[in-house]
Order: sequence, then structure tokens, then C-alpha cells
Amino acid sequence: MKAAILHFPGINRERDMIIAVRQSFGAEPQIVWHKETELPAVDLVILPGGFSFGDYLRCGAMAAQSPIMQAVKRHAERGGYVLGVCNGFQILTEAGLLPGALLRNAGLRFLSMDTLLRVERNDTVFTKGWAKGATFRAPMAHGDGNYTADVATLDRLEGENLVAFRYADGNRNGSARDIAGIFSSNLRVLGLMPHPENLVDPLLGGTDGKPLFDALAAA
Amino acid sequence: MKAIVNVMLKNGVLDPQGKAIEHALHNLGFAQVGEVRMGKVIELELAEIDPAKAKAAAEEMARKLLANTVIESFKVEIAA
Repeated sequence: MKAAILHFPGINRERDMIIAVRQSFGAEPQIVWHKETELPAVDLVILPGGFSFGDYLRCGAMAAQSPIMQAVKRHAERGGYVLGVCNGFQILTEAGLLPGALLRNAGLRFLSMDTLLRVERNDTVFTKGWAKGATFRAPMAHGDGNYTADVATLDRLEGENLVAFRYADGNRNGSARDIAGIFSSNLRVLGLMPHPENLVDPLLGGTDGKPLFDALAAA
Repeated sequence: MKAIVNVMLKNGVLDPQGKAIEHALHNLGFAQVGEVRMGKVIELELAEIDPAKAKAAAEEMARKLLANTVIESFKVEIAA
């Protein structure tokens, strides 16, 4: 699989993502500036975390209107893979590529700590490196990670088995139904708040996030 | 012509900032304060002289960008 990483002004996790992809894929990801209107020929587009456009208006609202996002929508419509982490997840919801929205954390505090995520299904390209029901450690760093959607949407996500990850050691940001990450209906778009790309090397404290990138590399 | 777009979290959507303001007002002794909700006001200077067209344009802007209608509702007022 070939990957591109989108670069919006104000993001700050793109280098972590480059390292995670380089290590698992054995190849350099392409970096694509947000003003581009076409994507290179890749299978996977990654939207990294950070604070695109200073979180003005709403987290991800400005980035969702960037020229490159039209190309990302076409890529997704063709069945291409898309991964959005943290601000990347917020951008995907603002762009309408994933349902729901991320609100201010219920406790109002910015959360910077590790959490445990439970893998809700492992029959997807993103999650086949874990066992179903497995838990893994992932760092959180967000002020707006409180996942919300109307009841019908939440029921549909659960009914269609589109919840990717749930918080397994306490729901600190108030997310509906402990949801930490969701898939699109075709299972090709994944968004999640915590940062698997920050745990891909023993030198960084662990490799809990590496199965995500290893699975994508092998797909 | 000026359009004023008021954006509020929908009823039922938790508003932690409103809650924090409510607690702070109670701490200041304003015991009469009930629920507090916080929103945004966005003023738009529009090159438009027809109030109906200005309102329609501002509403389209609100739907496309200024509000996220998954979680927020909006109201547009036209000021002379």
C-alpha cells in the first residue's frame, strides 16, 4: 500500500505519522500540501493530528474546506482508504466523510495522557493486526474529543458494526457510548481521537500502535 | 448590508462551557441564574441591498461553514 500524508497549516503530528508509516511500510509517504487539488497515486490518505488553522470556528472546520479535501472525497468515493487521527478525525467529520461531530471534552480540560482502546472488530484492513476485543495503549492529546451524533446515527453505527474502537479504561472526554473511533459504511475510512502513531517504537515507550500501520502496509 | 448569524449548540447537546459559566456566576453570588448556554455571533458585511437575498445568502453560508448542523442550530438577522 502507498500512503500520502496531508499537511494543513497548524497541524503538528505529521512527523510522527511519517515515522510510523516509514517504519511499517518500508517506504516514504508522500506529503501533500492542503492547497493541492489532486492526490498522488496512493491507496491511503492520512490526515494527521494537530490544530489546523488554529482550531478557528470549530476544530477541523477550515481544513475541511481546503482544496485538497475535494480530492480526498473523490478518493473515498472510489473506495480509497483514509485514516484521520485526532484533528484528522475532526476534519473527516467536518467534511462529511464520517458521521457525527467532536465536541469540547465534557470536563472542559485538555486531556494529555494514555488511554486503553478496545478493538471492536478485526476483520478490517485497519484492525486485522489485533484480536477482536483486544485492548491496546494509545496516547490522547485533545481538547475536543467528545464524540457525539444523534441517537439514530449512534444506533446505526452500532447496528452496522461501524464502531472501530471504544475507550476501555474510562470515558474521560464524554464520548457517546465510549466511542473513540469509527469506520465509514464501506470500512475504508477510519477516524479516531487517540494517537497510535505515537507508540510505534520501543524507544518511544512501546509499540502498541504499530499493528495498525503493519496491517495497512501488508494490505 | 449586515447579516448577523447566531450559532448555538442544539438543545440536548451538552454545553460544558455554558455549565462552567453557570458555576462561575453562582460563585459570584448570582443565585438567580439557571441554565447558561453559550454560542457564537458572526457578523457579515454583505454587498447586497435586498434583505431577503442577504438573508438567504447568509443562511447558505451558515449551512456550509458557519454552523455544523450536526450539533448546532443557527439564526440569521439582517441589520440595516
